Amino acid sequence: MAVARPGKPVQRAHGLSDRAVAWIFISPTILLLLAINIFPLLWTIYLSFTNYRANQPGRLVQWVGLDNYRNLLGSEDVWGYLQATAHFVGWSIFFQVLLGLGLALLINQKFKGHATLTTLILLPMMLSPAVVGVFWAYIYQPQAGIFNYLVNFFIDAGSFTMIGDVNLAPWSIVLVDTWMWTPYVMLICLAGLRSIPDYIYEAAEVDRASKWRQFWSITLPMVLPFLMLAVLFRAIENFKMFDMVVELTSGGPGSVTELASINLKREAFEKWRTGYSSAFAVILFVTVFGAGNIYVKFLNKVKQR
Amino acid sequence: MYKLRKGIAATALAAALGAFISGPAQAQQKELTLCWAAWDPANALAELSKDFTTQSGIAMKFEFVPWTNFADRFLNELNSGGKLCDLLIGDSQWLGGSATYGHYIKLNDFFDKNGISMDDFLPATVYAYSTWPKGTPNYWALPAMGDALGWVYRKDWFARPEIQTAFKEKYGRDIGVPKTWDELKQVAEFFQGREIDGKKVYGAAIYTERGSEGITMGVTAAMYAWGFKYQNPDKPYDMEGYVNSPDAVAALEFYKDLYKCCTPPGHSDAYMVANLDAYKSGQVAMQMNWFAFFPGIAKDEDVGGDKSGFFVNPAEKVEASTLGGQGISVVAYSDKKDMALEYIKWFAQPDVQKKWWSLGGYSASKAVLEDPNFPNTAPFAADFLKAMGGVKDFWQEPTYAELLQAMQKRVHDYVVADKGTAQEALDKLIVDWTQVFKDDGKI
Repeated sequence: MAVARPGKPVQRAHGLSDRAVAWIFISPTILLLLAINIFPLLWTIYLSFTNYRANQPGRLVQWVGLDNYRNLLGSEDVWGYLQATAHFVGWSIFFQVLLGLGLALLINQKFKGHATLTTLILLPMMLSPAVVGVFWAYIYQPQAGIFNYLVNFFIDAGSFTMIGDVNLAPWSIVLVDTWMWTPYVMLICLAGLRSIPDYIYEAAEVDRASKWRQFWSITLPMVLPFLMLAVLFRAIENFKMFDMVVELTSGGPGSVTELASINLKREAFEKWRTGYSSAFAVILFVTVFGAGNIYVKFLNKVKQR
Repeated sequence: MYKLRKGIAATALAAALGAFISGPAQAQQKELTLCWAAWDPANALAELSKDFTTQSGIAMKFEFVPWTNFADRFLNELNSGGKLCDLLIGDSQWLGGSATYGHYIKLNDFFDKNGISMDDFLPATVYAYSTWPKGTPNYWALPAMGDALGWVYRKDWFARPEIQTAFKEKYGRDIGVPKTWDELKQVAEFFQGREIDGKKVYGAAIYTERGSEGITMGVTAAMYAWGFKYQNPDKPYDMEGYVNSPDAVAALEFYKDLYKCCTPPGHSDAYMVANLDAYKSGQVAMQMNWFAFFPGIAKDEDVGGDKSGFFVNPAEKVEASTLGGQGISVVAYSDKKDMALEYIKWFAQPDVQKKWWSLGGYSASKAVLEDPNFPNTAPFAADFLKAMGGVKDFWQEPTYAELLQAMQKRVHDYVVADKGTAQEALDKLIVDWTQVFKDDGKI
């Protein structure tokens, strides 16, 4: 019977160091990560410098240098897709933060039916984005959909079409995303609110601080790291938004709601311009990764305050 | 006795195991999968194929995918060398790519050995659905489903005396089946916003879909009628002055005017099903759609029978219709190519083709179409024949998907999103298409 002696690891008795055992345990994970994350990333970067097309296996693959990047960054259409994406990401996060924080403050109060209301509010985020896209297309239907009816019930807007109008279509996807994901932001904010100790508010009460002062000096600063985390998650998710928007507008009318991810899919799997779409994917990756890193550094600073 | 029992038990066990192991394998060998779009003709084909199963003992399995995902789903299947489909009824535009990249098997030898002659099928369908390079005797499919874009109108509304009087007062002529796009627009304008049976109705449901091929199929219906050509007939891929010719620009402008003046509200992303819904629900006086849907409309309990009439795509400068329809091909990656060829041999028979038409499929066989009684077999049969006499198709190049997506974007940007002018849209389209052909080494 082997007995472990203090100061002398068991592994040594079998000829393996602690480090070796650690490597044995983590190597499957590392190999898996290399195979499904790192290798595809490196391969995509390589392909982005070629004219490769996945649907033409016999075609000669040529090194085209920076041509794909040059074509992408010089394309008016591509900047249009990026603008549409920025509009969608920016405004949907703005509304989600505003409403999410508001709902969290509401739900944080103790009142009758609080649990039921919380469950109801959470329902939209439990649905599939594709399903949400399909049924909102019905809701927006100008003749039979309930959206136009409700708008006209409150204001005399006359006949209008949300997803067929160039000016309204970008807002139609912002609205649906806000409806769907505000509960998620609310949940994170709620976690932040629940983490604030009561004694801080009690001390503020003693100091006769107004409700507004309590919110501005206690609630907001303490919830801010949570809120920023929610913004980070939502920004990453919305930057790659695809299914809901495709089902709702197919990127139209024209290309006003053709987000970068939708165009990327069209280039990669409809036109089969694999090299070109790889370059686009790399640009999007660098953008999200770069912005994400800067944001996380900022988030850490906020946390340390 | 014990030994005997043991022997019987062992034999039974072996037989059961044998059945368990070989049963599924045999069933698998005796089953074919046919892939197509999910629509009325596919159901008719499933019904028709029961005869094949009875005769051959080969079970048929079907993979029908909605049109909106049809190209995505099956082109990905072909490009990845998938074995899902043994037989594929693919779009005519896929022929170039599928022949070039080896997705379909060439059928010439098989046709020769089995006495199947392409002369037995309508020349326009052979050209469009079977040959690559275009017009050469290299066959990659058997014409399976002839189709073209046509129009349906509310015959009962047109026949109302108050409608006839009002129309004549406004336009100084009798209301009737439009012979030109100008006439069609007049009729559409006339009905737009009019109240019929206490309900507000609209002029026409036209194709405006952005995601797959909808608006291109609709816009080209107008452009072909203005005499549109994709390229210089004497200099392939020379598109300047053809794709953006004054007539092409006029046709595109006309289509946009029609969309703006005379479609139901929110009809900004509409293809086949949306048009059918608008028409069947009594919202529109006319709809553009594929002939494939006409048997269903003729039988519809709300708008069928005498309530609906059919007409070919109106002319403007020439008579021409957008081509639909497909050929049936054997997928090169299938392990059951022999059985798949057996199906094609069965399907090519004149009697089977006649039954195919009777069930609601559009046969391309001369045995069906050249029957003197054919025009009387359905209210749209004569128009179908006329349409098939002047069909025009989109590019069938291997790079067709890129060419199609470029056109979808440019025309949707102009027609629906009000971006730029028709001239600019077509000029940009030439730039896009030129780049595609350059990348493909064609120019």
